Amino acid sequence: MNCDELLAMLNEYVDGPVDPGVCAEFEKHLAGCNPCQVVVDNIRQTITLYKDGQPYQLPAAFQRKLHASLRQQFTQLRR
Amino acid sequence: MTTPAPDTELVHRAQAGELAAFEELVSRYEQRVYTLARRIVGQEQDAEDVTQQAFLSALEHLETFRGEASFATWLTRIATHAALKVIRKRQGLPTVSLEAMTEEQETYGSIPHPEYIADWRESPAELATHGETQQLINVALAGLDEKHRLVFLLRDVEGLSVKETAAALQLSEVNVKVRLLRARLQLREQLTRAFGDERRRITGGHVHE
Repeated sequence: MNCDELLAMLNEYVDGPVDPGVCAEFEKHLAGCNPCQVVVDNIRQTITLYKDGQPYQLPAAFQRKLHASLRQQFTQLRR
Repeated sequence: MTTPAPDTELVHRAQAGELAAFEELVSRYEQRVYTLARRIVGQEQDAEDVTQQAFLSALEHLETFRGEASFATWLTRIATHAALKVIRKRQGLPTVSLEAMTEEQETYGSIPHPEYIADWRESPAELATHGETQQLINVALAGLDEKHRLVFLLRDVEGLSVKETAAALQLSEVNVKVRLLRARLQLREQLTRAFGDERRRITGGHVHE
């Protein structure tokens, strides 16, 4: 496996599960290729940062409006 | 202390006509839906419209929810659909996904190679404590092409599977995977330029054999 082949398999490796044979090749390449190791780390950190990112706050006025309109619609649909 | 009712129970109760159960579901997911909408459509006003539309649509189709996917996934799909509608409208396009009809097969052939390679100065947990980090990652995300951003949001932020993401965006699974890789690499590139340790930058020595 070379760097480009590794790049193409990156998702599978990061997300798992991956075929054990491919995984072994991937790890063999990583063991001898520091840049690819760092890229894989960077990718994992990037995903983590977004996954754990802060949500946007709902504007309070909108939240009230949303609930009011849904209550109304709920009641109408059930009539 | 009482444990909160699971989503499925609330859905059943809402389906049976209990308003309070439905409102509890809305309260549970409104921030998540609104956040997704903000990240897809950008502006606050549009995000509000999308959120409202998504919950109205969820309410309207509540009877059809059978629990094949989780409620969260089902709702994410509805919210994505509502967001795409707003975007298409903004672009003056028909609301039916044009892309679905003309979807081109994407390949791994021209995946850009990583350029700025360096260990980060701090861990994601440490970075998350700085106020400017959130701003920076939001800007990087907003800078992605819409097609890449959508896939990244559904797959990596919302946690949908490749299959669920493909269904939500009416794309093939192969295209989801290729777009996801492009999105991840682009974000990695940008974030590493910001968070990478300049002294430990790897230059030159990357041999492509």
